[in-house]
Amino acid sequence: MAYSEKVIDHYQNPRNVGAFGSSSEVKDRKDVGVGIVGAPECGDVMQLQIKVDDDGKIEDAKFKCFGCGSAIASSSLATEWIKGKSVDEALEIKNTRIVEELALPPVKIHCSVLAEDSIRTAIEDYKKKNGQVVDSAHGHDHSHAH
Amino acid sequence: MNLPIYMDNASTTRTDPRVVEAMLPYFTETYGNSASRNHAFGWAAEKGVELAREQAASLIGAGPKEIVWTSGATESNNLAIKGAAQMYAKAPMGETGRGHIVTCIIEHKAVLDPCKRLEREGFDVTWLEPGADGVVTAEMVAGALREDTILVSIMWANNEIGTINDIPGIGAVCRERGVVFHTDATQWVGKMPTDVEKDNVDLMSWSGHKIYGPGGVGALYVRRRRPRVRLQAQIDGGGHERGMRSGTLNVPGIVGFGAACAICSEEMETERERLLALRLKLENELKSRMDVVEVNGHADRRLPHLTNISFGFVEGESLMMGIKDIACSSGSACTSASLEPSYVLKGLGLGDELAHSSLRLSLGRWSTEEEVDYAIDAIHKAVEHLRALSPLYDLHNEGIDITKIEWQTH
Ligand SMILES: Cc1ncc(COP(=O)(O)O)c(C=O)c1O
Ligand code: FES
Repeated sequence: MAYSEKVIDHYQNPRNVGAFGSSSEVKDRKDVGVGIVGAPECGDVMQLQIKVDDDGKIEDAKFKCFGCGSAIASSSLATEWIKGKSVDEALEIKNTRIVEELALPPVKIHCSVLAEDSIRTAIEDYKKKNGQVVDSAHGHDHSHAH
Repeated sequence: MNLPIYMDNASTTRTDPRVVEAMLPYFTETYGNSASRNHAFGWAAEKGVELAREQAASLIGAGPKEIVWTSGATESNNLAIKGAAQMYAKAPMGETGRGHIVTCIIEHKAVLDPCKRLEREGFDVTWLEPGADGVVTAEMVAGALREDTILVSIMWANNEIGTINDIPGIGAVCRERGVVFHTDATQWVGKMPTDVEKDNVDLMSWSGHKIYGPGGVGALYVRRRRPRVRLQAQIDGGGHERGMRSGTLNVPGIVGFGAACAICSEEMETERERLLALRLKLENELKSRMDVVEVNGHADRRLPHLTNISFGFVEGESLMMGIKDIACSSGSACTSASLEPSYVLKGLGLGDELAHSSLRLSLGRWSTEEEVDYAIDAIHKAVEHLRALSPLYDLHNEGIDITKIEWQTH
């Protein structure tokens, strides 16, 4: 399967790789939300960390990803898109937009779903830490084939 | 050195130009039907086919009359397994208890699926599980045999991990118990010395395109004496191949198959030594440059030219993307249409992570040391790039065992 140029670009030059600290270091940091989704036995694990300022704006985001090139590109792209957005705006990002932007074929749609899940999980973590209500009814279809 | 580099010879091989040379006249000059008994075109074609039969037989220590031409190893496996089961069935179609078959869970699909069909059709099948090293032993087979066992089918060498089963030993057990023994030797024949007499084989499949011959042509060895093995045909028609496989023969393909066998007979010894040295260099160099690099399957009982390596914390498809100049394959789920990881690596019982992180590299007749050196550097670089992105590698470096974490699985 041939990859789109955008997938190759994100693969070769991933944006915002890293973390604001190890999982134990960021566990109690109220300005950091962590989302880890997927599982090694499924062949994909995505970790997204967001740093949120006092106004609820995502000032920085970092990712790590174990998964195929499309999964790496999806999470790299996700960090670019959420930076500078408010947490509620970031929640609006749907996997279908990632699919369009990266021209992912149908078998790779679930990799974009994983990126959307990681955004939501990181924001939920941030909100929980800060005593905010988490809207758990995200009505999301887990059409993940792994 | 030309890029891309081909390191997927277990999948298929380049046809040797000498083989192509041998085939060409049979398209445009000697184009008769080998079954045409009454004119020179037919005789010439038949002569080509019969020479090929001798070349194929001689590669495996058989007689020419013991070779049946097919379209490839898939067909050979189907003919051997279904043909023997139906011939030696203990009860007619439609009844249960038709007989017992022994095979293994990490066989090629071209063995698994015929066995599954026979299971639906009233035969009992024992699916042996090899240990973590992937090797099927004579003891495992002996332990599975029953009074009503009619057939054992165990591959000679595994196509994904290159492990070698104890075929002479398994054959001896079967011979002693009077059970027909088939081996799918697609990855073995032509690469390693084979003698159906010494190795106690009754039925053996192999394919042209894995031995630097053309695709779409294969052979089935069918033992004719001590004991004579009989098969029920799966393709009926004009009664070619002594009734075992009807259909006008693919004369150029068969001639090419024979030529490929002859070259293997001639060059196997030097080729396997050369490829073994290259494979060991590949494995050892990668293992010495990086941590958590595992060669899958038994350490020594393996084909010279094939390796299957897992690079911990790195997903196989993304790794292949990083080494796009190297044609190879991976057992990762992301590379398969079904999004399932390799059942062979899963079958070793070592956890799915191994499969997701695996790369199969298979060398061949034209592989060079320069290519191997290039591959080592490219793989090293790609693994480092991906480990810098891998959340699992971070956890590993923090001393956390990733198998102990409760992951949010889908
Ligand atoms: C062990 C084994 N058996 C059978 C086959 C099927 O061979 P063919 O595709 O030539 O029918 C292959 C090739 O993929 C193989 O490796
Ligand atoms: S992570 Fe498996 S296909 Fe993308």
